[in-house]
Amino acid sequence: MATQEELKKIILDVLPDVDCVIGWGPGPEPLCASPYFMRNPEDVDYLLAGPASVHNPALFLPEYKGRKTGVVVKGCDSRSVVQLISENLIRREDVVIIGFPCAGVVDASKIAAKLGPYGEPGETERAIFDKDALNLSLGGKELSIPLSEILADKCSRCKHPGAVISDYFAGEAADALQVKDDFTDLAGLESLPLEERFRFWEKEMSRCIRCYACRNACPLCVCRDHCVASSREPHWLAQANGVRDNLMFQVIHATHLAGRCTGCGECQRACPVHIPVLLLKRSLGRAVEQLFGHHAGLDPESRPPLLTFQMEETNIKEREW
Amino acid sequence: MEASSKFIARTALAGWLGELSARFRVWAPRREGRAVLYRPFDPQAPEDNLPELDKKPTESAKHIIFPRSEPLINFRRKRDPEHPGQFLLDLRVPEAPGPSLIFGLPPCDARGFMVFDPVYNGSGTDGQARDIYYLRRRAAALLIVRSCSRTLSTCFCNWVGGAPDSAEGADILASEAEDGFLLEPVSSEGAAALDSGLLVPADENRLKAAQAARDEAKKTLKPAPDISGAGKALLERFEDAAFWKGEAAHCLSCGICTFLCPTCYCFNVTDETAGANGVRLRSWDACMTPLFTLEASGHNPRQDKAARLKNRIGHKFSYYPELHEARFACVGCGRCIKSCPSGVDIRRIVTDSVGLTQSPKPKAAPRNIPGGKE
Ligand code: SF4
Ligand code: SF4
Ligand code: SF4
Ligand code: SF4
Repeated sequence: MATQEELKKIILDVLPDVDCVIGWGPGPEPLCASPYFMRNPEDVDYLLAGPASVHNPALFLPEYKGRKTGVVVKGCDSRSVVQLISENLIRREDVVIIGFPCAGVVDASKIAAKLGPYGEPGETERAIFDKDALNLSLGGKELSIPLSEILADKCSRCKHPGAVISDYFAGEAADALQVKDDFTDLAGLESLPLEERFRFWEKEMSRCIRCYACRNACPLCVCRDHCVASSREPHWLAQANGVRDNLMFQVIHATHLAGRCTGCGECQRACPVHIPVLLLKRSLGRAVEQLFGHHAGLDPESRPPLLTFQMEETNIKEREW
Repeated sequence: MEASSKFIARTALAGWLGELSARFRVWAPRREGRAVLYRPFDPQAPEDNLPELDKKPTESAKHIIFPRSEPLINFRRKRDPEHPGQFLLDLRVPEAPGPSLIFGLPPCDARGFMVFDPVYNGSGTDGQARDIYYLRRRAAALLIVRSCSRTLSTCFCNWVGGAPDSAEGADILASEAEDGFLLEPVSSEGAAALDSGLLVPADENRLKAAQAARDEAKKTLKPAPDISGAGKALLERFEDAAFWKGEAAHCLSCGICTFLCPTCYCFNVTDETAGANGVRLRSWDACMTPLFTLEASGHNPRQDKAARLKNRIGHKFSYYPELHEARFACVGCGRCIKSCPSGVDIRRIVTDSVGLTQSPKPKAAPRNIPGGKE
């Protein structure tokens, strides 16, 4: 595809000035790509920017702070980059941002649901994406699934499929889309009585193995190595693997991300036992949007409302309580 | 052996597991959404929790014998009546758990316990450092392995001495045969468990059907490369920082690979207290996290994720086999590949280390390219 070729040209131009360019390359298995670190011109041949490029390469940028690094971004990834810059977790001058018009990425859960019992990664023998469909071989059969049916939910509510910030852009940049996020994903759960919602989380969190992939896959969970979850003093969380502590960690993650989370969905995608942890972040994210009118990851000059302080908040009428 | 092999119809399975529940705590893989997890079998509602036997469980079976977090000692602090101002501790070791039975684990999961065994049975310490908590659960567990009728592209048990129908470590080997399962006793405990009115002697046709299915499954695995030199190659690469940086570039340092792995056996010990009561817990630990080697002084001998990944691979393919009769501490279950959110492939790191492949250069031509060629 033309964009892919143009991207490669840009990366080749950028490469001599940076430590590496982070993008996507072939993964271990036909249905998954993998984050890909290009250092040599010949590496660039294997770049994959398309529906399988699910990973958020912004995740790796804080590791490279102080070294000039290139990063290829989907629209959602670019919002993580903006958020990192606005919190001074990376420096604008350290990163060379390369955007392209993203057409959405796939959601492995939706592919699995389409393929029935045998749709997990590792079960397909061959997978090729074309413009509108995923074509794969499975158990000796050839199948074709329209991409529109397996795109991630975040893509259907995405306003900025082109990067919100970039130094280079492959292809035509477009205006923001007029899409409304009506939080339909939360509606089902929120229609339940509080008791049942709690039971839902109890059941979901009983699967949690406390691997902290949700935390480590989050580009904005930057205390990774010094997380409250592993602090003994103060002792927020027991090592015991039980629903109480498992859920407690999710509540911590969600509150620490309130107003900072850009909804990239990597936390949920990473979870090996498929716990819908994004729901918690979306719920708090919506609260921050409504209270403070703040949208994370759009303006490098902005500050997340919970990281600032005002004597008198506009939408919180404390005096009237 | 074959003379005492039995057959059970799929429709009779729940009944048999119910029967076994009288003697064992029965565990079997169960589907929960997209995940397949080992859960206790509920004899009260057998039809509602039929084992999921067609899918490879997302997690390994190790937590049944080596729980994620397990109380080693319960303690209670109380005032010493003789010396006011001083405290006494009441210590209580939890009771030994009853016997358990794991039904339907894949052969690689059973072989995983073989990696645990020498470590927890005092190997290298003349039997001094034996872990009673592990050993008592292990001794009281019966493993009914089901041979794999399908393999995944992430499976590579044949690289490390396994096979989709390996009976190593099993008490009974179950194989799909037409409308049910052929059950072959492997140990005497296994043979005893086959004494049930719900089972019928296996007939010639079913024996043949099971064998044919097993042979078919084996053929679906790709041939194994020669990785016998991995132990030496990994030692030689120990100081090769650039190699490890390259391999670890996309690693997230999360605990998925270690926690899903049937052979990772490391743990941490912590005291959890609430008021005067407390418990000393042993919980899984993961060598991929920085805390694993962080010393009290603040020094960390494995500073970055490259050093940690080097340990994970080196331990499995070099240091462990060196100590334990050349057995790899990896059974090729492929879970760490399948569930890695970042596409880290342990096979690739091993073949890179022995020079059969060279990352980041992909083995095959680029694929997944929209509108592109394979
Ligand atoms: S959310 Fe937008 S930018 Fe991100 S993958 Fe989907 S369409 Fe692309
Ligand atoms: S990724 Fe999933 S299993 Fe792991 S800690 Fe997070 S919620 Fe738990
Ligand atoms: S909390 Fe989840 S959705 Fe939000 S930024 Fe982190 S990984 Fe992305
Ligand atoms: S290292 Fe990976 S493939 Fe090997 S046994 Fe562990 S999880 Fe399975």
